[in-house]
Amino acid sequence: MQQVYVEGKIVINKQIEKNIYMISVEGKFEAKPGQFYMIRAWDKEPFLSRPISVYDLDDEKISFVYEVRGKGTEILSKKNCGDAIKLMGPCGNGFDVDKIKGKIAVVTGGIGIAPMLYTIKSIKDSKIDIFAGFREKSYITNEMKKYADNVYITTDNGSEGYKGNVAEIFNPIEYNAVLCCGPTVMMKKVSNMCLNSGTACLISMEEKMACGVGACLGCACNTSDGKKRVCKDGPVFWGREVILSA
Amino acid sequence: MLDVNICGINFKNPVIGASGTFGFGEEYNEFYNVSMLGGICTKGLTLNKKEGNNGTRIFETPSGLMNSIGLQNPGIDEFINNVLPNMRRFDTVIIANLGGGSLEDYIQGAEKLSKTSIDMIELNISCPNVKNGGMAFGIKSEVAFNVVKEVKKVCKKPLMVKLSPNAEDIVDMALKCEEAGADCLSLVNTFKAMAIDIKRKAPVFQNITAGLSGPCIKPIALRMVYEVCKSVHIPVIGMGGIDTYEDALEFIMAGAYAVQVGSSNFKNPYTCKEIVEGLQAYMEREGLNDLSEIRGII
Repeated sequence: MQQVYVEGKIVINKQIEKNIYMISVEGKFEAKPGQFYMIRAWDKEPFLSRPISVYDLDDEKISFVYEVRGKGTEILSKKNCGDAIKLMGPCGNGFDVDKIKGKIAVVTGGIGIAPMLYTIKSIKDSKIDIFAGFREKSYITNEMKKYADNVYITTDNGSEGYKGNVAEIFNPIEYNAVLCCGPTVMMKKVSNMCLNSGTACLISMEEKMACGVGACLGCACNTSDGKKRVCKDGPVFWGREVILSA
Repeated sequence: MLDVNICGINFKNPVIGASGTFGFGEEYNEFYNVSMLGGICTKGLTLNKKEGNNGTRIFETPSGLMNSIGLQNPGIDEFINNVLPNMRRFDTVIIANLGGGSLEDYIQGAEKLSKTSIDMIELNISCPNVKNGGMAFGIKSEVAFNVVKEVKKVCKKPLMVKLSPNAEDIVDMALKCEEAGADCLSLVNTFKAMAIDIKRKAPVFQNITAGLSGPCIKPIALRMVYEVCKSVHIPVIGMGGIDTYEDALEFIMAGAYAVQVGSSNFKNPYTCKEIVEGLQAYMEREGLNDLSEIRGII
């Protein structure tokens, strides 16, 4: 897929939960599920653009769901419809959805759910269960229900769904493949569970990035095959391949 | 109009992708034809493959970033056998950036690279992120003098020495490198810097310090390039926070023959291309025929 760096007009930018926003940008963009764009809603400052995974895509627009974490995402959250932002991408490898078949578990923590809507929409002829963990309240899960067989929610305080960690409520042995995205501790746990049960596990890594295209080596992660670039060789890796330090 | 000859090598324009920020050219060639650039400096190469540093490797600052990559690279043999042939597809000057941990590393590296089709060697005596990995040679002029002199004996390519702004005296350093036989100089590499994570009550970087780059260092880099250009008789390639064609012009007016563009490629993949185009338009607007008409006019 040809990578581009272009300006696009915001058509939606709304808060969907505390600190969580959804933004849509007009235009015909390309992306594989699990890929991301480097987003820039400012000119000089902050210096770097922000990597944000693709939430959804159609012929008219591309959408992202993001968490406000620092000054970049805060600026982005304050942009209005009609404002222009810059997008560079698509970046990274994404999920190879054609090879994902059978009974699938999608296990996410917090904003790690963001790349999974477009992913499950693209997986054909499979049975998909979603296990989504949140701090207090869920988001996007209603949209996900349209493309999944079951959606199980956990929250840290039990205010919605099951109380506790999302990794506690699913059993990898029941699935042919597990797709996981979330905090490192949680991904490590899920990955280990899959390793023990012999279930294929794909994890989507998050890392601070500078270039986003594989040139600077700033987002390296440790793997069984040495250092790899999260932005270019990832963000999707086999769980057994990555050495997660959590 | 923008072409410039440095040590017998013809650059179609004075804009070079800086080492460590431009990979081996491939990544930015996805966005535009990098053959339009004056040159590309490779990621820092060492005799043996290096995995680089663990822990945080990049950290954003106001108008810049710090990095602690640690010279991650495939090693010189792998570069020569499997990377360089691919880079040669690009119709541009290829400069191999050579790092090292010892004098012997530099000598062996220069010998190996001299037998290839690369156009120039940029001797990196200024990487702040590796123990015994370069910058140790770039602080004291006498130490640098010795490395440059010994490498020059075996180096069959034009030798560019990349200086550290952390040198005790940048002008003395430049003069000593010139005296030791450097064919040209490039400056400045990153500034030794640090950040502390107050939540963890620990340094952000495992090595404690890292290298600062980006527009925040430009005024200091420019001053150093200016002072060095006034002192040496060999060509100087300027770098440090160059973000726009106007920045490039400042370095050229300060005396630089060419510029390297680094961190700003990260914020906009077209930065180098836009600088080339901006310089071209400037020359036409000003009715200039050759960069020498404005080089070193300050």
